[in-house]
Amino acid sequence: MAFRWPQFFHKLGSPRWFYRIGGLWLPWLAGIAACFLVIGAIWGLAFAPEDFKQGNSYRIIFVHVPSAFIALAGYYVMATAGAISLIWKMKLADIALKCAAPIGAAMTVLALISGATWGKPTWGTWWVWDARNTSMLVLLFLYLGIYALYNAFEREEQAARICAVLALVGTVNIPIIYKSVDWWFTLHQPATIKLTEPTTMHASMWQPLLLMIVGFYVLYTTLLIERIRVEILVRERRTRWVQDIVLASGA
Amino acid sequence: MYFSSLNELFYMDGHGVYVWAVYAVAISIIAALAITPLVRRRRFVREETQRLRREGKV
Amino acid sequence: MLAEEQIPGALQACRGTFKRDLLLAMRRSGDIVNPLVFALIVVTLFPLGIGPEKSTLTAIAPGLVWVVALLACLLSVDRVFRDDYLDGTLQQMLLSPQPSYFLVLAKVTVHWLVSGLAVTLVAPLLALMLSLAGGGYLPLLVSLLLGTVSLSMIGAIGAALTVGLKRGGVLVALIVLPLYVPVLIFGAGAVEAGCQGLPYSGHLAILAALTLMALVLAPLAIGGALRINMDD
Repeated sequence: MAFRWPQFFHKLGSPRWFYRIGGLWLPWLAGIAACFLVIGAIWGLAFAPEDFKQGNSYRIIFVHVPSAFIALAGYYVMATAGAISLIWKMKLADIALKCAAPIGAAMTVLALISGATWGKPTWGTWWVWDARNTSMLVLLFLYLGIYALYNAFEREEQAARICAVLALVGTVNIPIIYKSVDWWFTLHQPATIKLTEPTTMHASMWQPLLLMIVGFYVLYTTLLIERIRVEILVRERRTRWVQDIVLASGA
Repeated sequence: MYFSSLNELFYMDGHGVYVWAVYAVAISIIAALAITPLVRRRRFVREETQRLRREGKV
Repeated sequence: MLAEEQIPGALQACRGTFKRDLLLAMRRSGDIVNPLVFALIVVTLFPLGIGPEKSTLTAIAPGLVWVVALLACLLSVDRVFRDDYLDGTLQQMLLSPQPSYFLVLAKVTVHWLVSGLAVTLVAPLLALMLSLAGGGYLPLLVSLLLGTVSLSMIGAIGAALTVGLKRGGVLVALIVLPLYVPVLIFGAGAVEAGCQGLPYSGHLAILAALTLMALVLAPLAIGGALRINMDD
């Protein structure tokens, strides 16, 4: 049987198909994510050597960098879903856009909290207007803007398409914001110790980091699929197949 | 293991509080993200079952 | 029904919209003056809040004047499309055979004239009140002149996204302010450099690039957002 892209794409637009396939994948993805994260965290916390300049506080990197990656990638996932929703008016893309926002925002919060907590032993204060912290904060504001805008609309379809436009505008802006904040930071404060750059990145340090990054990506996928499946149920509640599922699991 | 004892692993030369706090926050945020859809799903199933019963579709 | 050759071209329609909007804006002169008074009051609040010491004020003046100017431009931005949306004019504009790109461009340009340009002209006064260093005045004028164009463009995106909502106000600020970050950084950076006697043409070049990009891309987003708000 040949794999046919148009057909695959068409199916992907069908909430029912996605609900079924997502349900099949979910346990596997969750298991893989858990394995990567548990092994990576134990490795990073207990087995990786200490950074000779920052001491043990650098172990926060194993949470900070992956969550910052996901925070940024999550915005692009949201914007891609938005673009698909605008171009092909695909129901599933609307749902994905709505579901990607809270996960991305939560990851941004995690990146901010871990960055601030890292700052305390490194610089002596919780908050420093460091380039990475600052651009994460702006990213959080972008997420909050999307969230507020979505909730201001009553019709879900319109909300999704409006937010898609905002997400695309944000996508164009994010690289500019990152670059300008970077430039602003180097101008105002000659870098002392930069977070996220342990002085010597030995293999025994970046290997667990790599595990954690992959783990966070799989975790993100898992959480997104989980959220989308529930949203599908709620939106398709008038259909026969959802009612069958409801009755089967409600009894 | 890099540390010589479990105590040292928790203490981490005074940085332990910060490191462990970050991991605790990470776990709670991830848990919250994973649990909210489950709660929503359960509530939805309960409400839908009631609605379907009320409308006599069962 | 107009014959094919009687339908005005894109540029003609653009000019017509421009004239009409400018006339409307001039008739509501309060809308022009109020943000300027707002800027004056905010600038007055700062010495009252942090003390009248000249050296402190001089140190924060470049960033402060820019932030105040930015907020003043933001104040009126959610009105760009609101009135035309409510009386149905906007719908007719989007239905017209001319590309909405130019009509949007005309509307936002008028908004810039009555907000960004006006704020730019008042900015030296604000700078004087905060005792900005002498070298900062020229870069302040030029950077505001360039920067407020993109502020208007980006602000209009926020206005277009929320035009269908009953209350836009705070939401527009929430959406738009994070997008203002690069403009603020390079605008205030130029003034800061000017105050220290450093070259600032690089900052201005980047501001000009941002503004050109906003001019090209923002009307597309605005047109899209308006259309989505239209179909009910």
